[in-house]
This record gives sequence, C-alpha cells and structure tokens, in this order.
Amino acid sequence: MAIDWQAFWLTLQLAVLVSAVLLVLGLPIAYWIAYSRWRWKFLVEAIVALPIVLPPTVLGFYVLVALGPRSPLGRWWISLTGHTLAFTFGGLVIGSILYSLPFAVQPFAASFAGVDRKLIAASATLGASPLRTFFRVIAPLSIPGLITGTALSFAHTMGEFGVVLMVGGNIPGITRTISIDMFDRVQASDYASANATALLLLVFSFAVLAVVYGVNRKAWVIGPIKY
Amino acid sequence: MLLLACMLACAFAGWAQDAKPAPELIVAAAADLSAALKEISDGYEKKTGVKLKLSFGASGALTQQIQNGAPFDLFFSADMDYPRHLVASGAADGATLYQYAVGKLVLWVPADSPLDLEHQGMRALLDPSVKKIAIANPQHAPYGRAAVATMKHAGVYEQVSDRLVLGENVSQAAQFVESGNAQAGFVALAHAVAPGMQGKGKYWEVPAGSYPQLAQGVVVLSHSQHKKEAAELIQYIKSKEVVDLLKNYGFRVAPN
Repeated sequence: MAIDWQAFWLTLQLAVLVSAVLLVLGLPIAYWIAYSRWRWKFLVEAIVALPIVLPPTVLGFYVLVALGPRSPLGRWWISLTGHTLAFTFGGLVIGSILYSLPFAVQPFAASFAGVDRKLIAASATLGASPLRTFFRVIAPLSIPGLITGTALSFAHTMGEFGVVLMVGGNIPGITRTISIDMFDRVQASDYASANATALLLLVFSFAVLAVVYGVNRKAWVIGPIKY
Repeated sequence: MLLLACMLACAFAGWAQDAKPAPELIVAAAADLSAALKEISDGYEKKTGVKLKLSFGASGALTQQIQNGAPFDLFFSADMDYPRHLVASGAADGATLYQYAVGKLVLWVPADSPLDLEHQGMRALLDPSVKKIAIANPQHAPYGRAAVATMKHAGVYEQVSDRLVLGENVSQAAQFVESGNAQAGFVALAHAVAPGMQGKGKYWEVPAGSYPQLAQGVVVLSHSQHKKEAAELIQYIKSKEVVDLLKNYGFRVAPN
C-alpha cells in the first residue's frame, strides 16, 4: 500500500500553474464576453464553452495528430521547442489550459456582468480609465466569481484524466498524474494502494472545495473587504 | 390515425422480430488481436450466425474488469497467467483454457525513420534521434513486460528507461509511434503486419529468446450465459481456417 507522492505533487503543480495562467488569461476574455456588444459574440462564447461538451479524447486526438510531428503546426512547434507536445509536462499544461478554460472564464464573465452598471458609469464620469475602473470597481466586486473560477479550473485540472491518458505517455515525474496512477493501480488490481490514493484525493478535494465555498460565504474574514 | 396505428404495429412487429434470440457472444480480447479477431469474427458470423461483440484492452485491465463482474463470455489474453489466475479465482472455467497462439514482439519505426533496424537491432534504440520509445504499460500488459525484458536482456534498458512512454495497451503504444510522436516502439507483430499499418513503417523481429514467450490463452468465463456457444467458438479457433489466419498475422500456432 503506497501513495505515489511524486504523481500527487506533479498534479498539484500542474493544477496550480494552469489555474494561475487561466486567472491571467481568463480576465480579459471574460471582460470582453461580459461587456462586448459585437453581434457575433455568441460564437466566441460557444468556442470558450466547447471543452465542456467536447470529449477529452477529441482534444487528445488533435494534440497527437493535428499538433503531432506529421503536421505543419506540429513541426513548427518542434522547431520552436525541440520536442513534440505529446509526452511533455508543457504539453499537459497547454492541454489543461484549453480544457479548463470555460471553468475559469464563465464564472469570471458571469460575475463581471453582474456588477451594477451605474457604478461603472460613475467611475468613468469621475475620470477613471477603463483599466482603473476594472481593477478598482469591477474586480473587487467580482471576487466571489474570481475565486469560484480559479477553484473550478484548479479542481478540473486536478481531476483531468482523458487527455492525459491519451497524450501523456505515463512518464513518472513528468506526465504521470495522480489520476493516471490511480487508474494503473486499479488496472493492476492493487486495490490497497488504489484505496489509499482515492481516500487522499477525496479528502483533499473536499478540503479545497470547503475552503473555497467557506471563503465565498465569508465564513472567515480574509482581508479588509470594504463596501 | 389509422395510418399511425398501422405504423406503430409495423414498428412493433419489426422490433419483435429483432428480439428473437440471435446468439451473441461478448468477447474480451488482448489488444494485439484487434485486427485478427475482427476478421475471425466476420468469418464466424457468416458461418454460424453467431455475432461476436469485441472489447479490446490490456490483458491485465480486462482481467480486472472480469473479476469485477464484466459481462464477458470469453477472454482472449495475451498471456497464460491472467487466464490461469481467473481460473484459480473461480471466474473462469479451467477445462476450457486453450493456448490459441504465441505472440511475437517487434521493434517498429515509422517508414521515414533513419534507423536501420536490420543492422542495428536493439542498438537502434540508443540512436540520438530516438527521443521517445513507446511500449505497453508493463504493469498490466504482457507485451509491455516482454518489451522491458528484451531491453534488459540486450543491456540497453538503463540507458533508455527515461525515454520510455507507456501506452495503456500495446495498440496505444503502436499509435504513439504511428502518429510520429514516438520514434520507435515495441508492438505486436500482429500490429506491424495488419492491413492498416502496411507501408507506414518497418519492423524488426525481436529475438524470441530475449523475452518470456508470449503464449496466449483463451478461456470461457464462469458467469457466461452462453457456455455452449463459447465452447463452439473455441473449437472454431482450433480450425485450420483460423490457424492460417492467425499465422498470417504473425502469430505462431503450436500444433496440437
């Protein structure tokens, strides 16, 4: 009975990195979705939401073949980085960013759209630039949405399986995530280790979500939130 | 209204006809059989009307599913140990266990690979152009264990172990190389000679003595509702027709 801590830490690193990138990348996309009046906006919204509907195997297939060394795009990537997207930690990061994008952007956009327009207008009439308005008015009022989006993209990456199984190659310390390790243990009928790993993930996931929802309900005061 | 009633009646009549017991066997099979067993299945259905539903995977993974009650009638493993294990645990009928073939392991590279397998053999793995070597997961795939054994036998395992990428089963290992993401891989000879792979790569047969023999067994599972049909299928597997087909796919079939 043993937990593969290397796989656990690797997955944690992946999830922290992906949710951090998505926080930075997701803000402008969500801002645009929340406030743009472009008539074709719904197309962008549909593209952002795609990973919710698309089977992970489709994404895995594209990474292996459309971005593989047999395609122009894949050859360009190899000339840039020296290796294929498949079987690398960087490949998992990129795949996870794509795959978790809606889980960050949608809560962000929803909370931006929920900010009282009068406050935004007031900020503008007082001479604040849109950027200043965003950081001083919109973002502080959207903190619950930002926390939810970041937590969801983190959780979604922690639990990712299909894409990693298809493109990871199961390399210890590089692409063997905890969900893949769990799968291997079950396939090898090593139920004792599978049990220990499953329990760890259950407790960890519950703890993360409990903290997030607790913070969102302000069960604890985490900082000087002024209204 | 009358028309609608008639249509409904016709639909039900058609459905009732479909529901007549068309014998059907659900078969779990090692991934190295993916091409050969499809062909065998087509031939068998034409001959007997019995339809085979095929489910491919790593032998260890399938064994695990069977132990947890997967509704298979037969299990074609890529080794003899998993079926024996199932017999010992009561999940399979030991009297039906039959060694249908011996699989062969090959080293496979894409057609445009600069490697000269004929001359280099296992040394080809040490070539700097080989950044990733695909094998099946040795934890639950017999072909993966064979690949590790042959690399250890050739004394190259230590040097290439950080370049190994593991496929869930031997078919995925083949896919990793075929798509060009890995530069070499250990696959089943049955994959290398399958119609879909023709012209896509070149292969080198790994010397048989360098890994434990991949004797492959089939067994009827204990909770099958179609034991008679399943036993008949095993009889068919012993026929010259199937033996020739298996040989065409690169399997060795021991004379009985």
